[in-house]
Formats: sequence, structure tokens, C-alpha cells
Amino acid sequence: MSAVIEPADAAHAAPAAAHGHDPHAEHKVRNITFIKVAIFLAIITALETSTYWWPDDMHTVGMVVLFVSMIIKFFVILLWFMHLKWDSWLFSMLFYIGLFLAVAVYVVALFTFKFFA
Amino acid sequence: MADIAIHDPGHTAGHDAHDAHDAGHGAHVTATGLSNNKLAMWLFLGTECLLFGGLISTYMLYRGRVGTGPGPGAIFDIPLTSVSSFILLMSSLTMVLAVNSAKEHDDRNTYLWLTATAILGALFVGGQVYEFTAFYQEGLGFTTSLFGSSFYTLTGFHGVHVTLGIIMLMALVGIISRNRVPGDKAEVVELIGLYWHFVDVVWVIIFTLVYLIPA
Repeated sequence: MSAVIEPADAAHAAPAAAHGHDPHAEHKVRNITFIKVAIFLAIITALETSTYWWPDDMHTVGMVVLFVSMIIKFFVILLWFMHLKWDSWLFSMLFYIGLFLAVAVYVVALFTFKFFA
Repeated sequence: MADIAIHDPGHTAGHDAHDAHDAGHGAHVTATGLSNNKLAMWLFLGTECLLFGGLISTYMLYRGRVGTGPGPGAIFDIPLTSVSSFILLMSSLTMVLAVNSAKEHDDRNTYLWLTATAILGALFVGGQVYEFTAFYQEGLGFTTSLFGSSFYTLTGFHGVHVTLGIIMLMALVGIISRNRVPGDKAEVVELIGLYWHFVDVVWVIIFTLVYLIPA
């Protein structure tokens, strides 16, 4: 629904923008920062891939490396490439609620089917 | 949620039309001070977590149920999938460079980076089609085993998401080249960028849980 207001009323609509929510006053990140982040992600991906050829007696270490790498990559993309690091908390909340629900529901489901037994 | 447009009666009809087109450049204010389109996109991505969560957990449950068909260890080609993963990761870089260019109103670079992202996405999908064909020839059909069904469903759904992303990118390239982007151009590029990065984030999880962690 849209409403048309006069310029005098604009002062009442402005506070939200003035409280750091103005989408056009957002943090500007330089291209070089994103290139550095991409190089970091590529190095982690190479480390992850290398675990495939690690000897069997390093299986446990490999699993830890894979899980930690996966979580780091996930949040680096989310925070830097998707701008959540600088965007409004409301965007973060919308996404994290969905993520939390998904993890909670499906971990319970996997426990129900004795996946971790 | 109400969208509030600021109206100046001193403007001519022509100016009003121009203001409506440029609504994203500062005249368009929402009750939260945030873009409703961006809120909707984040809400959509939140719900997508549930979709992929269901598919991933189903695969985790059934990956050991190979029946008479080949298992994951016998058919996965890790070097090929690693190259595909790297390509998709780099497409996230080109996408974020497109978003930055759009924010600087640099149409030429926006066009260039969006096209590069679409090409990298197409390479990823091409790799997936090649992989599926190879798996099928090695005896893993959709109905061969529960492993096959859950694997093709999960990676197939992801592939469809990437394909939809490529279609959106190409459509955006076409719209930008004709200068017919409705509203704020930078925001439109950013919204498609959010979707693209989400598809990449999902692949980060699939690559680790499906391909690299042995059954």
C-alpha cells in the first residue's frame, strides 16, 4: 500500500533513515577487499579438497578441518559478499531465523532416525 | 508495510514520472527505513534454508543405502567437482564486483561483471550435466537406489537454482543494456546478487557434506 505525503510531513518519515537505516548511506567496500576475501575462500577450498588425499589415519583431523572450513566459508560469504556485516540487523534476523529453524528441525529429524548412533 | 512516497506539488507531471522512476535514489522512504524488496529477498532466503536443509538431511540419511548400484566412493570425481566449486566461488566474486559497479553507476562494468557471473554459472551447470551423465553411464540412475534418488534430488535442485540465477542475470543484462531497469538499478543488481551468493553458500555445504565427507 502506498501513501502520498506532503514535504512538511517528510520529516516524520525521515527518522528511520536517519537512524542508520538509509539504504543509500550504506558502507562502501572497495573491490580489493572482495578480491582478498575471494583469495582467502579459494585457499580454504584448496585445503578442503586436499583432505580427500590425506592418509586414513588422519581421518578425524580431516573431518574437523572440513567442518571448520565449511562453517568459515559459509559465514565469510554471508558477512562479506552478502553484506550482512554492514547491513541492518533486521536482514540478519530474517535469515538467521530460517537458518536456525532448518538446523534445529533437521538435526532433531536425524536424531529421530538414529543417524548419529 | 506501507510505502511512503514524498510528493512535491510544485513538480510537473513529467517531473513526477521521472521521480517515480528514480524512486530508489532517495525519494522512496519505507516505514522501517529499509528496502521492502531487500527484506522480502532475505525472508525468501531464510525459507530456502528450510528447503535445502530438508534435502541435505534426507541425503545424509540415505547416502549409505546404495542397494545394487554404485556408492558415493565409487563414482564421485573429486578433482572435477573441486574445479566446479572453485568456478562457483569465483562467480560470487564477479557478482559482488557487479554490485559495486552498479552502486557507482558504472553501467559498463556492471554489464561486464554480470555477464562474467552468468558465464561462470553456466560453466558450473555444464560441469554438473557432465557429472550426471558420467554417473548415469556408470549405473547410477534416479531410481537405482535411495542414495541415487536423494543425491540427484539434492544436487538437481541446486542446479535448477543456479540455472534460474543465470536466467535472471541474463535478463538483467538485457534490461540494463536497454536502460529499462525499474526503480533503483543498484538495488535490483544487489537483490539478484543476494540470490546468487545464497546459491554459492548452499554449494559450500553440499560440496563438504556430500562429496568430501566419506559415507
